[in-house]
Amino acid sequence: MRILVCMSVVPDTTSKITFKDNNTKFNTDGVQFIINPYDELALTKALEIAEKNNGTVTVINVGLADTEPNIRKALAIGANDAIRVNADPKDALFVATQIAKVAKENNYDIILTGRESIDYNGGLVCGLLGELLTIPSINVVTKFDFENGKVLAARDIDGGREELECSVPCIASAQKELCEPRIPNMRGIMAARTKPLVVVEPTNENDFADYISFELPEAKQGVKMIDAANAEELIDLLRNEKKLI
Amino acid sequence: MSILVFAEHDNGTFKKSSYEALTYAQDLAAAKNLTVTALAIGSVSNLNELGNHGANSVINIKGNNLDIFSAEAYSNTIAKIANEENASIVIISNTYSGKSIAPRVAVKLGAGIISGVVSLPADDLSVKKTAFSNKAMAFVKLKSDRKVFCLVPNSYEVKNYDFSPSIKEIELDIDSSSVHTKSLNISKASGKIALTEAEIVVSGGRGMKGPENWGMIEELAGLLGAATACSKPVSDMDWRPHEEHVGQTGITIKPNLYIAVGISGAIQHLAGVSSSKVICVINKDAEAPFFKAADYGIVGDAFEVLPKLIARAKELKN
Ligand SMILES: Cc1cc2nc3c(=O)[nH]c(=O)nc-3n(C[C@H](O)[C@H](O)[C@H](O)COP(=O)(O)OP(=O)(O)OC[C@H]3O[C@@H](n4cnc5c(N)ncnc54)[C@H](O)[C@@H]3O)c2cc1C
Ligand SMILES: Nc1ncnc2c1ncn2[C@@H]1O[C@H](COP(=O)(O)O)[C@@H](O)[C@H]1O
Repeated sequence: MRILVCMSVVPDTTSKITFKDNNTKFNTDGVQFIINPYDELALTKALEIAEKNNGTVTVINVGLADTEPNIRKALAIGANDAIRVNADPKDALFVATQIAKVAKENNYDIILTGRESIDYNGGLVCGLLGELLTIPSINVVTKFDFENGKVLAARDIDGGREELECSVPCIASAQKELCEPRIPNMRGIMAARTKPLVVVEPTNENDFADYISFELPEAKQGVKMIDAANAEELIDLLRNEKKLI
Repeated sequence: MSILVFAEHDNGTFKKSSYEALTYAQDLAAAKNLTVTALAIGSVSNLNELGNHGANSVINIKGNNLDIFSAEAYSNTIAKIANEENASIVIISNTYSGKSIAPRVAVKLGAGIISGVVSLPADDLSVKKTAFSNKAMAFVKLKSDRKVFCLVPNSYEVKNYDFSPSIKEIELDIDSSSVHTKSLNISKASGKIALTEAEIVVSGGRGMKGPENWGMIEELAGLLGAATACSKPVSDMDWRPHEEHVGQTGITIKPNLYIAVGISGAIQHLAGVSSSKVICVINKDAEAPFFKAADYGIVGDAFEVLPKLIARAKELKN
């Protein structure tokens, strides 16, 4: 059983988001980068499945050299080896194309991604890879187990949940609830230093999307306070002033 | 050439997000001299409604293996119709179902794709999309000839038209060997309003003290026709199901009205809710950061404030 985990490296969730160069670039000054939280779940789930099925877990990241500390962290959490495609992850299709090329050469049984990366929030890589590799894709899984040669999963759907069965090879994207993320221990950190981290160059595929500029949400006009003693006024304001209820 | 809209429905009734997608497509089509084709998959009762919201023509596909949603079968079908209709743009809602098929459709069509879209293309053809978990917006432009856009629910106002679209019903047999997933069970909370599509959301945080106090949140939500939500710790402690957790690592919502009770307003929480049009915050701590992001605020104890709101909402209802 060979499992591939796609991992993106993103700004820490507490980061204040600002832009530079006339709002055309994300300002990374003072920003700490972490493993995308959903990808930590994907990695933990992959390790659980690998342990039960005598499998191996490979982590792949499309990124420049500055992602390596976080890739080492994934190795410390327990991945067997890692691949870094040496490219700026321009857009989801570019990333998926790079990962698909590696995946085609290695025949993974299961590929896991996160539900979405918390920086560009595409939530697209899972489906793109599924189609590029012509394997089934299951988005937003809260349960994912490999039993008797097939996958049993549950996924979030609009307003509910679906349980489903799927053959391997397949790809799925991890949602909260899937598992408790593991954290590296001392032994893992030591072991990670010598685990293989292979760097490959990107294929010359085009990217499809151009990020032209960014803007920050408009600040609120200021809050209108209502005295708690007359709290019911809120309902009247929402009804008469805002016509919302 | 045309714009193809995948019109999602829930057990035969079209979703509001489908009408939003159709209106969006019609506005886009008018600017580009294109026509809008709506595609519905499976049995639906009110196909005519699609014309009332912007479809120039309607295609309804039914067949084996299409009664239950499957990313493979649905994306195959959409791509097939997009090719037959010579669609240059495909619009799909940014919902769970939409997001699981849109990228597959894009690859099949050799199209570029943008998810989280909240605006029509500007003069330079870039569209606005959510980024950094709603802490910012990005303007993104596709270089490809064909394009797939996933439109965020509640980001485009539904308009009414009086088109009488031609309706084509097609029976299509999907080869079962092309579908590798098998649905075992679908559970939907009945009578509940889906959080991502709700126009009003009432949300509770740790300040609600315990799951036994959610009756008040639910009662207010019921009176306002709202969905209920919660902060992350509340779902982590199993006071509420995880599907209700909003924020950076939960669901992102943009209702017209968000009422937050006993939620401090941490940056990760705000990320998921700050694009709500009007935000009301009820918190006993006047220094709670959430007030900075609010339109209306009440400093007070939830257990005293909520009953007043409920009483007033009841009065107005009667
Ligand atoms: C990686 C990461 C991701 C995260 N993602 C999310 C996310 O997606 N969504 C999210 O919500 N959080 C997220 N968090 C957690 C976030 O940082 C906060 O801890 C969380 O939002 C706080 O929840 P809360 O406001 O309910 O609780 P608290 O911070 O404990 O606030 C409770 C509030 O209730 C008020 N209060 C208490 N009693 C009353 C009363 N009787 N009446 C009125 N008010 C009262 C208090 O004044 C306080 O402001 C994340 C954190 C991390 C590290
Ligand atoms: N640069 C990247 N390298 C590897 N995997 C990635 C990268 N970007 C995104 N992914 C994977 O795709 C998932 C969804 O990302 P996105 O489609 O960008 O929201 C992430 O949770 C990762 O698992």
